[in-house]
Amino acid sequence: AEVEETLKRIQAHKGVIATMVINAEGIPIRTTLDNSTTVQYAGLLRQLTMKARSTVRDIDPQNDLTFLRIRSKKHEIMIAPDKEYLLIVIQNPCE
Amino acid sequence: GHPEIFPLVFTTKTQDIFDCRVLEDVTEENCFKLIKKEDIIQDLKTRAAISDFHPVKKVVLEYPGEELLVVFDAKFQYGQNFYLVASEEAKENLLKPPESNEEKKEEKGEEKEENGEATLEVHPYKPPVPKPWVSLGSEKEVEEESVKDTVAKIKYKISRVRRKFGAPITFTDRNASHVKNSYLECTSYQDKAFSIKMLEKNVGIQMVPKVREASTQTKWTYPKNAATQYFPRQLSTEEKEESLSSKQLKEFFTSVHLRMEVALQQNEIMNAFFDDWKALAEDESSSGGKPDVYLKAYQSFTDLLYLKDRTIGCVCWHPTIYGIIAVSARDRHYYEEQANLSDKSLLQQSVILFWSFFDPIHPKLMLECPEDIYCFQFSPSDPNIIAGGCINGQVVLWDISHHEEKLRNAKTDDDAMKMTAVHSVNASTLNVLQYSCMSGPSLTQVQDSSTESPLVRYCAVSSIQYSHKKPVTDIHWLPDYSEDNQTGATCENRPGVRTQLVTCSPDSSVLFWDIPATKLLEQPSSEKVREGEIFDIPLDVPATLHHLDLCWKPLIKINLCESDTNPEYSPVRISLRELHYHYKISEKVQSLNTLEVPVKESPCTEMSTPSSKTLKALQSISTSFFVGTEDGEIVYSDWKMEIDSDPAKPHTQKYTIHTETINTLQRSPFFKDIVLSIGGRNFALWKEGITTRPILQSSCSAGRYTAGQWSLTRPGVFFIGRDDGNIDIWDLLMKTYEPSHFQNISESTITFISPCIASPKQHLAVSDDLGVLHVLEICQTLSKASKNEHANLLDYFEREVKYLKYCEQEFQEHQEFQAKPEPK
Repeated sequence: AEVEETLKRIQAHKGVIATMVINAEGIPIRTTLDNSTTVQYAGLLRQLTMKARSTVRDIDPQNDLTFLRIRSKKHEIMIAPDKEYLLIVIQNPCE
Repeated sequence: GHPEIFPLVFTTKTQDIFDCRVLEDVTEENCFKLIKKEDIIQDLKTRAAISDFHPVKKVVLEYPGEELLVVFDAKFQYGQNFYLVASEEAKENLLKPPESNEEKKEEKGEEKEENGEATLEVHPYKPPVPKPWVSLGSEKEVEEESVKDTVAKIKYKISRVRRKFGAPITFTDRNASHVKNSYLECTSYQDKAFSIKMLEKNVGIQMVPKVREASTQTKWTYPKNAATQYFPRQLSTEEKEESLSSKQLKEFFTSVHLRMEVALQQNEIMNAFFDDWKALAEDESSSGGKPDVYLKAYQSFTDLLYLKDRTIGCVCWHPTIYGIIAVSARDRHYYEEQANLSDKSLLQQSVILFWSFFDPIHPKLMLECPEDIYCFQFSPSDPNIIAGGCINGQVVLWDISHHEEKLRNAKTDDDAMKMTAVHSVNASTLNVLQYSCMSGPSLTQVQDSSTESPLVRYCAVSSIQYSHKKPVTDIHWLPDYSEDNQTGATCENRPGVRTQLVTCSPDSSVLFWDIPATKLLEQPSSEKVREGEIFDIPLDVPATLHHLDLCWKPLIKINLCESDTNPEYSPVRISLRELHYHYKISEKVQSLNTLEVPVKESPCTEMSTPSSKTLKALQSISTSFFVGTEDGEIVYSDWKMEIDSDPAKPHTQKYTIHTETINTLQRSPFFKDIVLSIGGRNFALWKEGITTRPILQSSCSAGRYTAGQWSLTRPGVFFIGRDDGNIDIWDLLMKTYEPSHFQNISESTITFISPCIASPKQHLAVSDDLGVLHVLEICQTLSKASKNEHANLLDYFEREVKYLKYCEQEFQEHQEFQAKPEPK
């Protein structure tokens, strides 16, 4: 319930196109997009997150990745990683 | 022969004399006879001429020896039975060697008999006999090469003092170069005067086999296990539910959502990557400087046959196929000479011509029209359905699905096009029948075989009594999400299939037509079934809408009349808001509100009733519309029937700005509430909702405006055609009091303008009174909108609205001020 509420709140933000929750293995648990797109995003972004995290930790082992933002021409992909899950939000920043 | 042999004939007498009687003294074996020379000479003397030796007398006399040999030639080897051998040597040879040969032969024969077997003759071994050496000159070379002492060797005898004999000697070395002048040197130098070219040099060469060791390593590919996943792993719904409700997820969210919201908000607040510098540059290009504005002529189409003495009434681009444009022709003066129309229509077949960019001479397709077409439109949902309005008030439908392939492949067969000469209505039907024999019902055959531009007959015409009484001046397809039906509620239609038309005509009526969609979706292959029922329909016309032919009635008819004072309006152009609408008539419009809802064909009712059940009625709709009339009035009204409406509130607005017939009434493609109206010598921009005045009204211009269109890409640009053949380009952001640019296109009046954005180069189709269609290319400044144009225009309109309000306010205040009695 709380989870639902949080997700709804995030989705209600201006410009948000899609929201996804992915587990540690890269399997989507909750998504607002269609299945094939979600699976594609999940696979690619999880790998990217792993890479980013390992980069950060290589430079400084005490450090850890807290947030990853990818800005592209059309929209912005925001990834919040955690120990077990991954929250991905795609937003269109310009009006 | 042998020079020493002389053949002789010995007679018996001679034989007797010399005792060489054949077979007695001499035989074959013993054939030699030696005769003394003296005897022969004696014989010669005695017998002289008859002697047998006479011919050889001389030889005998000269014979050196004593005895001559005479040989008995038993075999007549030399021609005679005897022959004389004339030389000693030969004599010896003859006598001796045959004997020795015989001896040898006898020996050999004996040996052979002793050995028995015949073996190869073995020659006895003879060791090589040393021969004396023959000098060939090689000892000279050897002498040259050998080294000899040329100088006698110098001998030095060194002796020591006697007393030192036997004493040990110590030898040391001394370097000769250390002491000066201890030696004389004769160094070699290059003498320039001396030049001998060495032509030959003896060089010793030894061939040595080279052995080299080298090594290399090859790659060894070894098998390695690899795995590929071909479909993604997914969780089942229960697992998903489980993980969703898990505690870890909740913790995750509590920790994560704050960060996410911060990021989202950041994006909402401002765009961090906005390049102000770049944006500034864009503004500069639009406002400053004068870019080159022009319309470049691209192509022009005209047809000598069909468009002779005719003017083009309406021009439409094909919505999907690039490069196809359709043109309808009509007579020039349609009102004045309407009486004479009956003569003319027989002479010239009225058609809609389809031109393709790739073939400017032959039209691609011709649509046969029952009468001159005043206006037509492609159906937006199915570009193969074309609806047109005739000058006699009928509405005509065509279906060109058969020729769609041909239009699409217009590029390929532009060489092979030939026009058929069609001069009368009868001939055309015959021709069409003729042509239709060539083409079967299948789509693919059509494009290959024909070399003439086909004439497509219309497939449905509305019934004459229910159509307009005057020419149909404007026709539009209605948006697809509305459908009127008998119950009067607007419902959602199935998306994509536009099935309704609205037409207006100067007989002051607006008609809504409905095309039963079931027939539209039907396959044309069923045309054969209908063939027998309907006469003189050619084979190649699809059966769509056949049932409507000549019995098609409009759905709704609305008469536009103002209630009390003025006579009816005669609408020439109509512009509906592109949203849903009701067709309920307002109470204010009193005369004729009878809804003529004719009895529909059964498929239609079947169609409509289910839709009304399943789809919900739409509430938020706008029912207002603009109508431009023949007298130059703009009427703004709506049809919404309000039961509890306020009678004081006017529903219909009428504006008289223009002095002549309205020829264009068009909504802006960018702003749904801005309408452009053009008529007579001026034009006006209207905003829906502002009921007092237009927000922009142009001043009277020198020439008449005859046609106009908004640009499809730039919100503030529109094109106006004039009666002197010029096109005025108005850019609202640059100047609002005069056109920003004008260009002359043709000599006669411009009748219709139509822009097209199908290609990267935008085209503008301009038709004129002479029947010529000019296609122009719009230059980039006119076609490419700058970033803020839309926003700027909105600002502009708002400013104008405010100004109008302010003016009104001022006016009202002024009125009040005037009305107030002057204070004394």
